[in-house]
Amino acid sequence: MAGIEVTALHKRYPDGTVAVEHVDLSIGDGELFVMLGPSGCGKTTTLRAIAGLERQTTGDIRIGDTLVNDLPPAERDIAMVFQFYALYPHLRTRDNLAFPLRAEGLPKAEVRERVDEAARLMRLGPLLDRRPHRLSGGEQQRVALARALVRRPRAFLMDEPLTNLDAELRADMRTEIKHLQGELGTTMVYVTHDQVEAMSLGHRIAILNKGRVEQIGTPLEVYDRPASLFCAAFIGSPPMNLIEVEVADGKLRSKGGLVLTPPPGLPRDRHLVAGVRPEALEVTEPGAEGSAPARVVSAEWLGDEIIYVVDHGGEHEVRVRMPPTVRFAADAPVGLRHTGGPPPVYDVSTEELVA
Amino acid sequence: MAVSVDEAVSTSPVQDHTPPARRFGLRGRSVLEVALLAVLAVVMLFPVLWMIETSIKENRDVYAIPAKFFGFTVTLDHFKDVFVASGGGRSTLSVAFLNSVVVAGVSTALATVLGVPAAWAYSRFAVKAKKDQLFFILSTRFMPPVVVVIPIFLMYRQVGLIDSKLGLILIYAAFNVPFTIWMMKGFVDEVPAEYEDAAMLDGYTRLQAFRRFTLPLLLPGIAATAVFALIFSWNEFVFAIFLTSSDSVRTAPPAIAGLIGGTTVDWGLVAASSVVFALPVLVFAYLVRKHLVAGVTLGAVRR
Repeated sequence: MAGIEVTALHKRYPDGTVAVEHVDLSIGDGELFVMLGPSGCGKTTTLRAIAGLERQTTGDIRIGDTLVNDLPPAERDIAMVFQFYALYPHLRTRDNLAFPLRAEGLPKAEVRERVDEAARLMRLGPLLDRRPHRLSGGEQQRVALARALVRRPRAFLMDEPLTNLDAELRADMRTEIKHLQGELGTTMVYVTHDQVEAMSLGHRIAILNKGRVEQIGTPLEVYDRPASLFCAAFIGSPPMNLIEVEVADGKLRSKGGLVLTPPPGLPRDRHLVAGVRPEALEVTEPGAEGSAPARVVSAEWLGDEIIYVVDHGGEHEVRVRMPPTVRFAADAPVGLRHTGGPPPVYDVSTEELVA
Repeated sequence: MAVSVDEAVSTSPVQDHTPPARRFGLRGRSVLEVALLAVLAVVMLFPVLWMIETSIKENRDVYAIPAKFFGFTVTLDHFKDVFVASGGGRSTLSVAFLNSVVVAGVSTALATVLGVPAAWAYSRFAVKAKKDQLFFILSTRFMPPVVVVIPIFLMYRQVGLIDSKLGLILIYAAFNVPFTIWMMKGFVDEVPAEYEDAAMLDGYTRLQAFRRFTLPLLLPGIAATAVFALIFSWNEFVFAIFLTSSDSVRTAPPAIAGLIGGTTVDWGLVAASSVVFALPVLVFAYLVRKHLVAGVTLGAVRR
């Protein structure tokens, strides 16, 4: 087991496209580290560079104490799970699992022992004599995971392993992967574009955008204080409301009359935007104390909650998360009130967190 | 693979599901269709039938006036003449057929050996100006071979490749490589690159990963592509007639064409050698019929 250090990684393809602009990562030993970002943000390229499947243009990668820049994938002592499973189609499950071990030249008895152990961990017993085409998607992915396990690598690299599964199975496998990682304590780098997956799995999350790291933090840090407007808009469903505010009388005031508690240390004379989570707002009866006059534009009834889209005369409509017991008709005049603590505030020109 | 004829035809009979009111109209239309198709079939197939018939007629029946459709004496003499010279030994035609086998076979093998790895590289790697390169490769197929035959002839004369099998092999391979690259790129695209990634993590080099895991999955595609290349080389006439002159080098198409001319034409021999010449193509076309249909309906390259 080992941590992974990525320093000043830059990857430019021969055709001129830059996949990774500049990435620094310090992944701890035994950590489940998630790289999250939209497609084309460079997360998969970074992962493939760690695996040795792509050679970075510049920058260093260390696994444990070893500088692995020039090592071929097989000598980096890592295992990777792919989005399309990549099980060898002509081999039975048992042989698919044994394959990497035989390639290493381990004695037969040990191969058998390790295969049995991985099969037990991933509950593959009845599937051992089937070929991949006779396995369901979920089963194939469990075999792929087991195939990574048998090698007892220093780190697991996961490239969107759950993308091809249906929603229910995905939730199950998520739990399974998290449990497995906790049990084995092996470092895991997990790439996904699914924020729910990232939030529920990761010890820490790195949010990537356009080949750069926008923020690294625990799921809660990332959720509560997004480091940039991009992160604010990317994490959360519905995402943060970005409300243009001005400082007046020691309060943050929006154009529509919404009043927010300001965070300490606000810079002066800048164009500011407050990031307000939908659950930090409240739709009230019109004229309630501390509320700004507003109007319900539409409501999404999700069963366990209602998302109100509200117009309070600001630049944009805002989304408010309310319990299903609070009901307002569409177009009804209402009040809009802030209930949470001081929101994170961003500078519009730099798009970065200022307080 | 795209829809093949077999699959398309085996759907349930459509007419049974049509409402009765439309049946008559459909039947009227289908009669017309069948009639038109029958006329077309006769026009298209008559020369083929006539060729086969002529190849098994005795000479006096071949030249009989009026022509005999039925009731002629069947003989295999013409086929014997294709392979055996009149004084015994091998005929020039049999040499030509052998040349065709060698030229078509070697040029196809060469195109496959060069084209498949190239297709793999274009499919897997980020290459500078990849689209432009692929378009350039494809563009070499836009122009009919006859356009370049004179320059090729002059170049070949300079380097001494005129009237040699090697010359023909090289030019056919040059025409088949672009085709192979384009066909095979489609097939390689369909094999997930993850197989190779996984194999590389398991300790294989990139080339080993290609050879051990991707190549076996590509075999059906390679076979289909090779057959297309083989048929092209086998049928090719223009270069063969311009670039070769001696009997020992000539391939079958110009050799058969050479039978026509002079004071008398042995039509029985022409027909028999044409039948012999057509057979391999028919067999191979049958083998790749699914791909042929896909090629006709979707363009030879998918995606």
